[in-house]
Amino acid sequence: MTENDVLVRINKRLLELSKIPRINQEGSIAKRLKEKGFSRRDFMKWAGAMSAFMALPSSFAPSIAKAAELSDRLPVIWLHMAECTGCSESLLRSDTPTIDSLIFDYISLEYHETLMAAAGHQAERNLHDAIKKYKNRYILMVEGAIPTGATEHYLTIGAEGHTGKQIAQNACENAAAIFSIGTCSSFGGIQAAHPNPSNSKALSVITSKQVINVPGCPPSEKNIVGTLLHFILFGTLPALDVYNRPKWAYGLRIHDLCERRGHFDAGEFVQSFGDEGAKQGFCLYKVGCKGPYTFNNCSRERFNSHTSWPIQAGHGCIGCSEPDFWDTMGPFEEPMADRLYNTPFGIGSDAVSDKIGVGILALTAVGIAAHAAIAAMKKGDNDE
Amino acid sequence: MSERKIVIDPITRIEGHLRVEVVVDDNNVVKEAYSGSTLWRGIEQIVKGRDPRDVGFFTQRICGVCTYSHYKAGIIAVENALGITPPLNAQLTRTLMNAALFVHDHIVHFYHLHGLDWVDVISALSADPKKASEVAFKFTDLPYACGEDKLKEVQKRVGEFAAKGNLGPFANAYFGHSTYKLSPEENLIALSHYLECLRIQRIAAQLMAIFGGKNPHPQSLTVGGVTCVMDIESPARLGEYLTKLKEIQEFVNRAYYPDLVMAAKAYANEPSVLNDIGVANLYTFKEFQIGANEWLFESGIIKNGDLSKVYDVDESLITEEATHAWYEDDKALHPYDGKTDPKYTGLIDGESIGEDGRMVHSKLFNTKGKYSWIKAPRYGGESLQVGPLANIVVNYAKGNKYVVPVVDKFLKDTGLPLSAVLSTLGRTATRMLEAKIITDNTITAFNNLIENLKTDRETCAKYSIDKNKEYKGRYMGHVPRGTLSHWCRIKDGVITNWQAVVPSTWNASPKDAKGQMGSYEACLIGLKIADVTQPLEIVRKIHSYDPCIACAVHVMDTKGAKLGEYKIDANLKG
Repeated sequence: MTENDVLVRINKRLLELSKIPRINQEGSIAKRLKEKGFSRRDFMKWAGAMSAFMALPSSFAPSIAKAAELSDRLPVIWLHMAECTGCSESLLRSDTPTIDSLIFDYISLEYHETLMAAAGHQAERNLHDAIKKYKNRYILMVEGAIPTGATEHYLTIGAEGHTGKQIAQNACENAAAIFSIGTCSSFGGIQAAHPNPSNSKALSVITSKQVINVPGCPPSEKNIVGTLLHFILFGTLPALDVYNRPKWAYGLRIHDLCERRGHFDAGEFVQSFGDEGAKQGFCLYKVGCKGPYTFNNCSRERFNSHTSWPIQAGHGCIGCSEPDFWDTMGPFEEPMADRLYNTPFGIGSDAVSDKIGVGILALTAVGIAAHAAIAAMKKGDNDE
Repeated sequence: MSERKIVIDPITRIEGHLRVEVVVDDNNVVKEAYSGSTLWRGIEQIVKGRDPRDVGFFTQRICGVCTYSHYKAGIIAVENALGITPPLNAQLTRTLMNAALFVHDHIVHFYHLHGLDWVDVISALSADPKKASEVAFKFTDLPYACGEDKLKEVQKRVGEFAAKGNLGPFANAYFGHSTYKLSPEENLIALSHYLECLRIQRIAAQLMAIFGGKNPHPQSLTVGGVTCVMDIESPARLGEYLTKLKEIQEFVNRAYYPDLVMAAKAYANEPSVLNDIGVANLYTFKEFQIGANEWLFESGIIKNGDLSKVYDVDESLITEEATHAWYEDDKALHPYDGKTDPKYTGLIDGESIGEDGRMVHSKLFNTKGKYSWIKAPRYGGESLQVGPLANIVVNYAKGNKYVVPVVDKFLKDTGLPLSAVLSTLGRTATRMLEAKIITDNTITAFNNLIENLKTDRETCAKYSIDKNKEYKGRYMGHVPRGTLSHWCRIKDGVITNWQAVVPSTWNASPKDAKGQMGSYEACLIGLKIADVTQPLEIVRKIHSYDPCIACAVHVMDTKGAKLGEYKIDANLKG
């Protein structure tokens, strides 16, 4: 499909969306932007930045602007399953450009337990009414894993004691699109780590409908907002990787664009936290960085309005957007090939690499280890 | 006399899943109260067998709201077990991140989670913005975001929502309830701050990310110290921290403080927020290292609300039991020896007051048996209350030099007696005072860090883990919701036992074997409900504790049984 074909498809979709009535009958996001002091030029600049962020050619910027304007057609239901609320907190950080947060301000957040004013019966009423009123039109965002099987009742909500699984399945049934926000709802996350005492599962396991995964513990606010925009642009069929993650956000390894990559190539490593290498900003591979095995855009986008990210703060990546990373990436402060501790998951890099899942990643693991070793040796030679 | 049950599930605007049930008599007065969590995840079970250096990352995921507290606690518990003292630079950097956490948590709690229990958004729409801008000067000489034009803009923004009958997140709230006490103008002032706080909380999150890498779930602590050595050595980074800290401090002093003075005055005669101390035994633990040997808050216990004596904390007296919690073993055990297998017995069929006031079929707690995933921690067999109220009151009673003048000024500004602090209003006000004391004094830790860096560049202590040795250690300290402790055992180089006794466990605890209530339950007894279909008074009281239920729900099984395998009766008859 050529770029032009894609644009034609997008424009067709945006036209369809524009025929859906607004949730807020008065005003529009364009009007709201104006009220907030954004000029059309600011807005287009933002749309250009978003296209770059979403790895789209700059010719897509007008479509992104249009998509943002059409976000006021979307009611959103956000469910909390077995989780820590970190993903909701991440969403609240959405900031730069402020247009991001404005969009979340402007879409209609029909149900969100952390933010909504209503409680008890009134809260349940909001959920029930939204599912009915916006049937096949709402976007469902789910935070947290779902306890299943004999332990399904480890999560109940509401006076009738419905289980999380029942509520999530019911909400999935009539959703226009379903996003798993965060690693827990995408892959089970921490509660699904060995021995998974609550039998927690990913959302995609309990519904037959397509689920787009936006993993990360938590995902950045940009990946959440970007996924929403991407849905508006492309419908439910963005380019997804093998784990149903949007490729624009999860297409590259952390390692590929890491600011410490030059030190990796030069064989300059932090050997232990607090050493001279740490003060110089050397590569964190030897203190356990999982950047080479982790697909996400943290090294480009960072967190909290570009303030920082773990590797800048001197700690290696722990691989939080990968399936089962709690069981396969540890110990977090040792390279994969150098496990010192007997854990329930076996000793040695082979056992670990096998569990990473995709063959190419296992090969990468070996390649990276070799690369690091060779680079370090070279460095040693030079020192002599 | 008939007795009817009110069920509130979900309690929203909190972290996690919480249900409260109360029994009211003919006069709508609460006779019995039960609070319980309806979700269990089992993180302490999951950390068993793991590398001790990794556990901080696991415990951090206990909660994404107090996203730094359990991270730090998990790391320090291991440091304590291994006998490690981190370098001063690391300790002070941890304090700078902790300040960001506290202020973020407290402002978000007041404005976005709890504020709507005090502030009637609909009422704000009928305010006169000009008058409101004048009213703001009654509570501070330098009002924040309260100019007439600003207030007009706020009113217009929210008014547009309301006019369309679409209140978004404000929909179906209890607005208009008879226990809302602020005037329309006062409501408008608070609403303006509600919106401003959306921006300020982002800055507070950035404040943590400067040295933490990100927020939520920062990632720059390691057993032995901190990893953000480049950031703390960078003048640009330090400057960034200072600028953002000052911006937040402005908000606390010019918006948060005056808003609490305003609320305290307006609610001073509202019976549903006063005289409800709940559990009167107050417990706090030292926190906020601001210098080599200096801490902002000290430890102590006050018994039965008697401020004339503060007792030292004896950590050997802490136990947890599960008579009314969904776990196998009921016996009270010290956290080092905590033993718990889940034993879910479900909800039972019954009736409660429905949306329209009529009785409807509901699933209810089996209050004679087990009814919560939260265990009952006790101190020498007694319930304790923790949180900013306990922290501020204990430190006030001890004559803490950072606390006493701030409390005295607040009492003078509001005209309230000290006894009024022991209430729902007090819980909300002391949280603000805590945020103020922290933001006003973080600069000391900041300056001490810079001073120390001139002669000392250490950020991480060296250590080794002897696989042939057994270790045990703990973290005890104060976090936004109160006193937190983590307890660990290490053997063969891996974690063999982990137990977290968290603030919300103390406050939200179910009854124990002796029938003693936790503070949530205790503070509801005797409360008169104006409208049983809109139990705002209950929600307001529960929110005043800033519930954090994901934190409160945890379990440790020392036998390594497969917890997920327990069979549950699908019908769950109690």
